[in-house]
Amino acid sequence: MDLFLVILVDGLIYGAWLFIVSVGLTLVFGVLGILNLAHGSLYAIGAYSTATAVGIYFAYGGDAFPLGSYAVMALAALLVAVVIAPLLERGLLRHFYHRDEVIGVLVTYGVFLILEDAIKLIWGVDPLFVYEPYDLLGMVEAGPLFYVAYDFLVIAVSAVAGFAVWYFLNRTRRGKVMLAVIHDREMSQTMGVNVDKVFLLAFGAGVFLAAFGGALTAPMISVSPGIGVNVIIVAFAVIIIGGLGSIEGAALGAVMVGISRAASVHLMPELELFIIYFVMAVVLIFRPEGIFVRTQTRKI
Amino acid sequence: MKALSDIRVASLLALALLIGGGLALPDWALFLMTIGLAKALVSLGIVVQMRAGLVSFGQGLFFCIGAYVAGLMANFAGLTDIFVLTGISVLACLAIGGIFGPLLANYRGIFFAMLSLSLSMILYGILSKMNSLGGTDGLNVAAPTFAGYAPEGRALSLSLYLYTSFIVVAIGAILRTGFDSQHGLVSLAVRSNELRVEYLGASVRRTNAINYVISAMLGGIGGVITGLAIGHVDPEYAYWTTSGEFVFVAILAGYLSIPAVFVASIILELVRSFSNLYFPNTWQMVLGVFLLVIILTLPNGLGSLFHRRREGGS
Repeated sequence: MDLFLVILVDGLIYGAWLFIVSVGLTLVFGVLGILNLAHGSLYAIGAYSTATAVGIYFAYGGDAFPLGSYAVMALAALLVAVVIAPLLERGLLRHFYHRDEVIGVLVTYGVFLILEDAIKLIWGVDPLFVYEPYDLLGMVEAGPLFYVAYDFLVIAVSAVAGFAVWYFLNRTRRGKVMLAVIHDREMSQTMGVNVDKVFLLAFGAGVFLAAFGGALTAPMISVSPGIGVNVIIVAFAVIIIGGLGSIEGAALGAVMVGISRAASVHLMPELELFIIYFVMAVVLIFRPEGIFVRTQTRKI
Repeated sequence: MKALSDIRVASLLALALLIGGGLALPDWALFLMTIGLAKALVSLGIVVQMRAGLVSFGQGLFFCIGAYVAGLMANFAGLTDIFVLTGISVLACLAIGGIFGPLLANYRGIFFAMLSLSLSMILYGILSKMNSLGGTDGLNVAAPTFAGYAPEGRALSLSLYLYTSFIVVAIGAILRTGFDSQHGLVSLAVRSNELRVEYLGASVRRTNAINYVISAMLGGIGGVITGLAIGHVDPEYAYWTTSGEFVFVAILAGYLSIPAVFVASIILELVRSFSNLYFPNTWQMVLGVFLLVIILTLPNGLGSLFHRRREGGS
């Protein structure tokens, strides 16, 4: 029973992290129709910016109010989105909206290659550490085990982020306009929607979520080159399980993968590396386009 | 028949060019050409599928299987004959491609790309964990022999290069014929509209599955040669960035021309070695910019430079 509880808690922590790093990817795909391979690099840039910003914060008297470092993390992610999203979307991606999905993957693969080296040029190759925010909240006793409270903060933040995206899309005017653009871009344009603006907003939100995922992760890991490469693959698996473009799908996919991984870590550690692909393959055998699929018209 | 003799003439010319060039090239360039040509075979497998509108992001799977066949046979069975090794790896890829091909034939676009990617990442995971196969360090591969002939030094790299050249030309000729065959033309039709193809009585699934198996075998041959040329294999062969480079070459070349794939692959190897030498920290960036420029300026790849008139006319 204890083991079951441990698997559940570990799975939820990992699943929450997976959700926060993949929800932006599914949002961007849903609106722009581009599967952004550079998502992992944006995550890495978020982590690096956080490491730098929090480092500066504590170097200049942040010790007096350590909780402020959380605000610094969010601001760092926001800054990344404000700087990078317009550059990428206006400068590059908008030329490919009418092209094949696979071309979108390749273009962003090119961006991924460029950003990976850009990160090394800006921050160097030595690992950075920002452990302060991780230790701030102390420990929590959960059943027989102790957990770092920060891990539960990740669950809370992830739930809030997911709810915010869902609320925005389904309950606000701007969000509904975005949904209209997803369903029929030309028709929305005819109705007077500024589609360019909607695309930029959606991509900006996607970049922010990626960078924020990185910001949230930075205190838990050593921020070093290559952290984005692995993230992109698990994020893909998660959103493909859930159905591309579906926020609910990403949440369900993240929890499924999170719990399966936790179960394999505790029960069959040798499977840990590929359990995620196993879950994905099983889901795709039964639901070839993921769990939540948008209906599509066929062209004859 | 005219087309067939055209292919023969082109093949002989290409072979003469490759052999002549090989004899003149210095060692480092010979190695680079061997790797470039071998990897081009893997990308050619992607091109075979691209003609039916599918892009596989997991061709590293077969590249890795081919390379490990060479490594395992050399280490555990003492087999070093390159003809035998190539044969075994083609059979292995035929078997594995024969299992996955029909399964993946139901998927299109992104789903096909990501499923094939996940298959290769599963292999990467398995190989990284298998300490008996060297784990993440991989295996060293003994130098190949050529039907009893066991060259060393320059003779070895030259033999390997010549072997690769023969294979490349033979495969190029076979594929050109295949592209113009009924199956090849149905593939192109699948690319433009698969529903119509089904209504006309051809099987899209079967076409995709056959293309997948063909590309699997090409991946295996590319893997064997690369593994033998480098003398070392490791799980990175199946990692997704390796597969990404194969797609890169396929896109750079486009699906119209076979020689363009070899040219593109050699260009990639050249760009890689030279940027490694001159910009060791930014060679990926160079590659990325190069890729974006190609996609923006030549949407159908390098091959469209030679083939534009023909496609426009039909």
